[in-house]
Amino acid sequence: MTTKTKAKANARRTLALDILNHGALALVALLFLFPFFWMVSNAVRSNAEVLAIPVRILPAVFEWDNFAKAWTTLPFGRFFLNSVIISVSVTVITVLVSCLSGYAFARLKFPGRDKLLMAYLATLMVPGIMLIIPLFLIVNKLGMINTFQGVILPVAFGTFGSFLLRQFFLSIPLELEEAARIDGASRLRILISIIIPLSMPAIGLLSLFTFIAQWNNFLWPLIVMTGADNATLPVGLTLFQTQQTTAWNYIMAGATLSMIPGVILAVVLQKLIYNSISLNAGMGGR
Amino acid sequence: MAVVERIAATRAVTRKRKNRLDRGEGRTAFFFLLPSLIGVTLFLVVPIIASVVLSFTNWKLLGQPQFVGFANYIKLFTADPQFWPVVRNTLFFTFEYLVLNIIISLGLAVWISSLKMGQRWFRVIFFLPTFTPGIAVAIVWMLIFAPGGFFDFVTGSLAIHLPNLLTDQKLAMQAVIIVSLWAGVGYNTVLFNAALDMVPASYMEAARIDGASAWDRFWKIRLPLISPTLFFGTVMTAITSLQVFDQIYVMTRGGPGSATATLGYSIFQKGFQNFQMGYASSIAWVMFAMIMALTAFQFWLQRKWVHYDN
Repeated sequence: MTTKTKAKANARRTLALDILNHGALALVALLFLFPFFWMVSNAVRSNAEVLAIPVRILPAVFEWDNFAKAWTTLPFGRFFLNSVIISVSVTVITVLVSCLSGYAFARLKFPGRDKLLMAYLATLMVPGIMLIIPLFLIVNKLGMINTFQGVILPVAFGTFGSFLLRQFFLSIPLELEEAARIDGASRLRILISIIIPLSMPAIGLLSLFTFIAQWNNFLWPLIVMTGADNATLPVGLTLFQTQQTTAWNYIMAGATLSMIPGVILAVVLQKLIYNSISLNAGMGGR
Repeated sequence: MAVVERIAATRAVTRKRKNRLDRGEGRTAFFFLLPSLIGVTLFLVVPIIASVVLSFTNWKLLGQPQFVGFANYIKLFTADPQFWPVVRNTLFFTFEYLVLNIIISLGLAVWISSLKMGQRWFRVIFFLPTFTPGIAVAIVWMLIFAPGGFFDFVTGSLAIHLPNLLTDQKLAMQAVIIVSLWAGVGYNTVLFNAALDMVPASYMEAARIDGASAWDRFWKIRLPLISPTLFFGTVMTAITSLQVFDQIYVMTRGGPGSATATLGYSIFQKGFQNFQMGYASSIAWVMFAMIMALTAFQFWLQRKWVHYDN
């Protein structure tokens, strides 16, 4: 046997192992995706078929209009709209407030700046569930139970955004805004026309994670939005779960609807997400 | 001399100009910070203080709160028959979930990094549940675990005799943990995978040339190099798992009996079903103390296993 054929045999074996390796993980990934499949598969069958024993992997009759029915009759359409209003509002307020405060922390001199920043960072350690009770009492006191402002405002002033944007603003060269300052531009003008356009990656990241956190939020809207009409998608999903005749097919259709934005964002923005997590990985513990 | 004077003069002028520009800064900063400060004060500082104060009262939402000193805490630790089981459930969940999460996500991360193609697609697949509502995830899994549902069908077909998970005292927590793992391993998988990507290829190549086995290369080079990230992931995962609530609310409501009642569920139950705002606040502070203690313990432990290159 020549060395050439030996090398060839070796290469073939490595290739075979590679294919096996990819195939095995693909199998694991398929199993991992099963709950998504099961959700959709049960969304498009009759409720009798959902509950049938033994279980059927695929529906006997595909009822695609279950999505339309769940959207209008349950009403997941309304819940979807509520979720959009709340998540978008919180995101917009968070970004605006964090741009202003982040800029002050990054570029403006004022007494006690570093101490205030430390205090902002310290609040990040307080777990959200601890504040639920006093926040509920405050919202109650303000007469904002079962209102959109009541569910939006208390979660729109997180300190993480201020810190994230401050870090990013610091990386922008000072010279870029000094010229504008000599020309007499105000700080607000500089923030809007120079800093913000240059900070779109960080602002995009903040928007993405704020939006997703609110879209997926459950306990807070559950407590504040007491009226069934004002429920968000996650809260709406649990409303029908307790009823005697649970319409599982419609609930699965609603669950599918609630997952669509997150799945799209995770796939489309995978690079941004990976880069941001990779930044965490680089800083981890350091 | 003249030159020095001229330089000093221009310096003074520039300083003056800079001062003029800087003078308004305090005021500008105030206005820039104002929206954030109002929000943080009203929705973060006041609630934190209120939470402490509340935990020393017996407020039940209606009526006047009364100051009761440490009575809530004393009742929790000595009289409430539900409290210690709840603490035990929370610690049980946190420990098993944390260990399995780190092992599975590290395993997946290493596996993904061994691929020549499609790394990013595998990352996206395992990450998907991270971006979907935990409530929807729990409801789907509830259907899977329902009596006579898919899970029972599979165990039945494989002739494994298991009682239904959700209705069994001992197994209900395992069902909650399975769901939490499915929803939670994706973030750490991507985090650890990103850290592995940062290990310089030359290190691995050098070790290979020196004849280190794949096993040694993993335990002696890659793992120590990513240990700061591993530590970060462990701390963050521990903090969130002590607060577990969504899955339990949907799947078991703390049952059967109180087999899956955790601190997070207790706060909700006492606060928003019994309206014992003061008592629920004291449970919240016990949870905070546990989070701090576990985090401090991990920081103490890290000296033994985390390697920093500086």
